[in-house]
Amino acid sequence: MAKTIITVVGQDTVGIIAKVCNYLADNQINIMDITQTVMQGYFNMMMIVDTSACTKSHGDLSSELATLGDSIGVQIKAQKEEIFDMMHRI
Amino acid sequence: MITLDEVLETNSMISSMNLDVRTITMGISLLDCVGPDLKTTCDNIYNKITTKAKNLVATGEEITKMYGIPIVNKRVSVTPIALVGGSVCKSSDDFVEIAKTLDKAAHTVGVNFLGGYSALVCKGMTEADCLLIESLPKALAETELVCASVNCGSTKTGIDMDAVRMIGEKVHEMAVVTQDRDSIACAKFVVFCNAPDDNPFMAGAFHGVTEGDCVINVGVSGPGVVKRALEEVRGESFEVLCETIKKTAFKITRVGQLVAKEASKKLGIPFGIVDLSLAPTPAIGDSVADILCEIGVEYAGAPGTTAALALLNDQVKKGGIMASSYVGGLSGAFIPVSEDQGMIDAANLGCLTIEKLEAMTCVCSVGLDMIAIPGSTPSTTISGIIADEMAIGMINQKTTAVRIMPVIGKEVGDKIVLGGLLGEAPIMPVNKYGCENLIKRTGRIPAPIHSFKN
Repeated sequence: MAKTIITVVGQDTVGIIAKVCNYLADNQINIMDITQTVMQGYFNMMMIVDTSACTKSHGDLSSELATLGDSIGVQIKAQKEEIFDMMHRI
Repeated sequence: MITLDEVLETNSMISSMNLDVRTITMGISLLDCVGPDLKTTCDNIYNKITTKAKNLVATGEEITKMYGIPIVNKRVSVTPIALVGGSVCKSSDDFVEIAKTLDKAAHTVGVNFLGGYSALVCKGMTEADCLLIESLPKALAETELVCASVNCGSTKTGIDMDAVRMIGEKVHEMAVVTQDRDSIACAKFVVFCNAPDDNPFMAGAFHGVTEGDCVINVGVSGPGVVKRALEEVRGESFEVLCETIKKTAFKITRVGQLVAKEASKKLGIPFGIVDLSLAPTPAIGDSVADILCEIGVEYAGAPGTTAALALLNDQVKKGGIMASSYVGGLSGAFIPVSEDQGMIDAANLGCLTIEKLEAMTCVCSVGLDMIAIPGSTPSTTISGIIADEMAIGMINQKTTAVRIMPVIGKEVGDKIVLGGLLGEAPIMPVNKYGCENLIKRTGRIPAPIHSFKN
């Protein structure tokens, strides 16, 4: 399984999750877990997704998500899970 | 399962605390490139570098996209050229030809520096070593990306004072030939004692003869992350301070380990080491001096600075060592002047002097680094500064180095601007009293008593 962490950070607004989920569904990316909080109007969301069925490269995926983020006015990042595992787990 | 807080912590280290991987450096052996003549040797060198490092830059960029971690520099280090060119270079200009070949290869593969225009002369110099050292000013003035180094001492061999004398003269000549460019040649040259074979950082990177054919070494960074972590424990005990540095260094180094392993896998080249380093840049919030201030000194260079740096250096190593399967290189905190805004500020104030920096080099990872001095400084004084630093390395069984930039036509009160990662530096005052009689002695300083461990 190829796990990727997608983070969305920015001003809260209507339809952020819907737009991100639509993009993921269009690209055969399965969402395994979602965590989200809104702190002082700031939207923080993390998704753990499985990209094994996605045909796009990770580079394309992350630049397309970044562009999508720009259109909503939030910052979207897609990073392979290992960087977080390495840093926070022994 | 990874939590939201952990993800946000990692990402804020990257986005607001300048966490990055400072360099992926590919070490390439050129020992098999020696041909019957200079032309064939140069062709072989060019072909080997451009073949082995063909995908280095693209791979670095791909890893950046995968993990969202910037990899600032992609570099190449090669076998010390004095060894490679020994049989085919009959003059110092022949060595310059090799330097130009290296420069061309570095441009072709797209790296931003290539190190290894080097000689290892810690006990004595061969004819080739002399020619290479002789060629340094011209080679560094006529190339853009080539970095040079000379190892002229070690704990096991003592210090080659003939080389130290010669290098003092060459450093001055480098300044003269690049005086219209703020002594840029001097910024690309470093003189070592106890140089490591696997250092990924410039200007001193070379691919040692103890290494395999090709290897991936990674240098991490992250002074901003340590500084921010220490802001959270302001006023706490040394125990809390040290634990915080260790935990932060662990996290930083883990990222380096991940990048190194991934680069090694993608390029099909063995992983060498991670250099556990705190390497500053001139960017605001990316300063080692700021960490020293956070530990408790008013400015870098104030009394207590050496103790603070000793503590920092040791905790970085302790935290980092468990985070990587192999560590090496220079590992520790770097204290360049021109590349660290906090150091520049302290030097401008007169709080940080060359003498204090010398004391600091006894407890940090390298040595006197990126220090601008008046162009009128005699070459024997430059040799004297180098000899002092070599002696510290030799006696304390550690790597020390000098990267010093005399600036022709400038005096204390002026500054130089090198730009980019090399930053800017005020001209620092140098002790006016001479050491000609010491430097003009010939031969070498013997190895210290504690080197005889047989």
